[in-house]
Amino acid sequence: MRRAGLVLALCLLPLPIVFGSLLLGRMDLGAREVWASLLGGAVPETVRALVLRVRLPRLLAAALVGANLAVSGAAFQGIFRNPLVESRILGVSAGAGLGAALAMVLRSGPLGIQGLSFIGGLLAAGLAMLLGTAFGGGILVLVLSGVLVNSFFSSLVSLVKYFADPYVQLPGITFWLMGGLSTVRWADFWPLAAASAIGLGGLLLLRWRLNLLTLSEAEAQALGLPVKRLRFLTVALGTLLTAASVSVSGVVGWIGLIVPHAARALVGPDHLFLIPAAAGLGAAVLLIFDDIARTLLPTEIPLDILTGLIGVPVFFLLFMRQIRKGGGWR
Amino acid sequence: MSLVAREISYAYIPGQYALSGVSLTLEPGEVLFLLGANGSGKTTLLECLCGVRFPQAGEILLDGAPLSSLPPRERAKRIAYVPQFPEAAFAYTVEEMVLFGRAPHVGPFGRPTKKDQEKVEKALELVGIYPLHKRAVNTLSGGERRLVLIARGLAQEAPYLLLDEPDAHLDPANQHRILSVVRDLAKQGLGVVATTHNPNSALLYGQRVLLLRSGKTLAQGEPFVALSPEILAEAYGITFQILGDGSGPRAFIPRVERKA
Repeated sequence: MRRAGLVLALCLLPLPIVFGSLLLGRMDLGAREVWASLLGGAVPETVRALVLRVRLPRLLAAALVGANLAVSGAAFQGIFRNPLVESRILGVSAGAGLGAALAMVLRSGPLGIQGLSFIGGLLAAGLAMLLGTAFGGGILVLVLSGVLVNSFFSSLVSLVKYFADPYVQLPGITFWLMGGLSTVRWADFWPLAAASAIGLGGLLLLRWRLNLLTLSEAEAQALGLPVKRLRFLTVALGTLLTAASVSVSGVVGWIGLIVPHAARALVGPDHLFLIPAAAGLGAAVLLIFDDIARTLLPTEIPLDILTGLIGVPVFFLLFMRQIRKGGGWR
Repeated sequence: MSLVAREISYAYIPGQYALSGVSLTLEPGEVLFLLGANGSGKTTLLECLCGVRFPQAGEILLDGAPLSSLPPRERAKRIAYVPQFPEAAFAYTVEEMVLFGRAPHVGPFGRPTKKDQEKVEKALELVGIYPLHKRAVNTLSGGERRLVLIARGLAQEAPYLLLDEPDAHLDPANQHRILSVVRDLAKQGLGVVATTHNPNSALLYGQRVLLLRSGKTLAQGEPFVALSPEILAEAYGITFQILGDGSGPRAFIPRVERKA
């Protein structure tokens, strides 16, 4: 089937991009050097260290962050039955931002930042889910709780920034909130990989059922679905993916909104194909953004600036194309 | 084999009954039409029958067992609900939409198999829209969308099919098309319940009718016996007259004063 082939191609797409990206950077490497470093051939130790200890963990983290944001965005758009929803809808990034800001004020080091922001993200989204379920668990209540939690945690972030040391801590917090992967090493990568395995694996298993959650609640119930339980499980898995990603990359917008739409334009709205397609495309897109971020200027460009500057026009074009075609969205 | 409601009552707001003490029996092979004015409880009754709502009093028995005791998936294997319009948030194709009807037959982490795909094709052929199977549902006409949902109900392979106003918002040709499909399905052994605002649909295509007023049963039985201008006047609050063709009544229409 043509569509299955396209999905497979999209899932494999990140592999050559990772390899190509290993060549790029402050020090340009040849394909042979990279290949030899990966396979243990004869290369200078500095080159091997650059490839295996600096570039590889960063690129693999970029691929996972991209896949996670895109997949959770696609799942959330589906279950909230709203094409404008994205992975951060439940306030994950505001919560993660608060965790990171606190960690920086408390000087708890890189792993402390990652850990606290992960906990902050889960806490914020958990609070939104708790509020939403307490008032019936309907879609609108859940979205509204997310918006409320998001603005509350954003205010808390501002509060921490206000009291932070303006010369030492404030720039760190501000840069973290703009997103970036420059500090990622293997120690940051493994927790991300573990959370991604659970979240991506779970959503891949559930993916055909996600379709049924995009119907009206009465229809889904009449089809024998435990609607509330399944919606809760999906939100939990998506939140795990988003929180794990944001805690590594800082706040990176737009991937969780645009990539699902692009994937839907390519393979259609059936989540059986959409979820894996979004994973591959998200990984590929964030790898390319990260390549631009680290090679375009002598200093690194924060990721959120790039995704916004490029993402907004791309989203506009996609949106216009879709409206002209009269399909895709209702 | 039957779907039975015994004295069921349902209140959205405590004390205000949308449905009170309604009983009915549906046998396979029958089409039962639910009639009544707006707000008389038709949809509430339908949703209770398909297990989306649980009546606060009385019980619903599916082939002798209480409906509320069945796990949702088992219930969905035996009762299919066909809403008025597809309410998907995305533009699924006809094939994908009908495949959703296989949900109760697919495991929690599973996906539909080739066998499910074949059942979908069969259902589409049965209602006569197989040629549309690759089209996006949101590009179809109202009548075609209704047929897609009926096909989805059939793909569910449930012996009971519950339809919410299958003849609403359709031109006369499409009304006839949909209701003929429904009648033929009953002839093949399905038990069908359909709500409608048109008493004549019950006369033309139904074996039985249940007329509701303010959540209570006003009349029940064979359409030609149970319905009369008097009883319809009581249900809808306007006067009706009978149109006949010599062999008996053919239709009820509202009596309209014509000024000369």
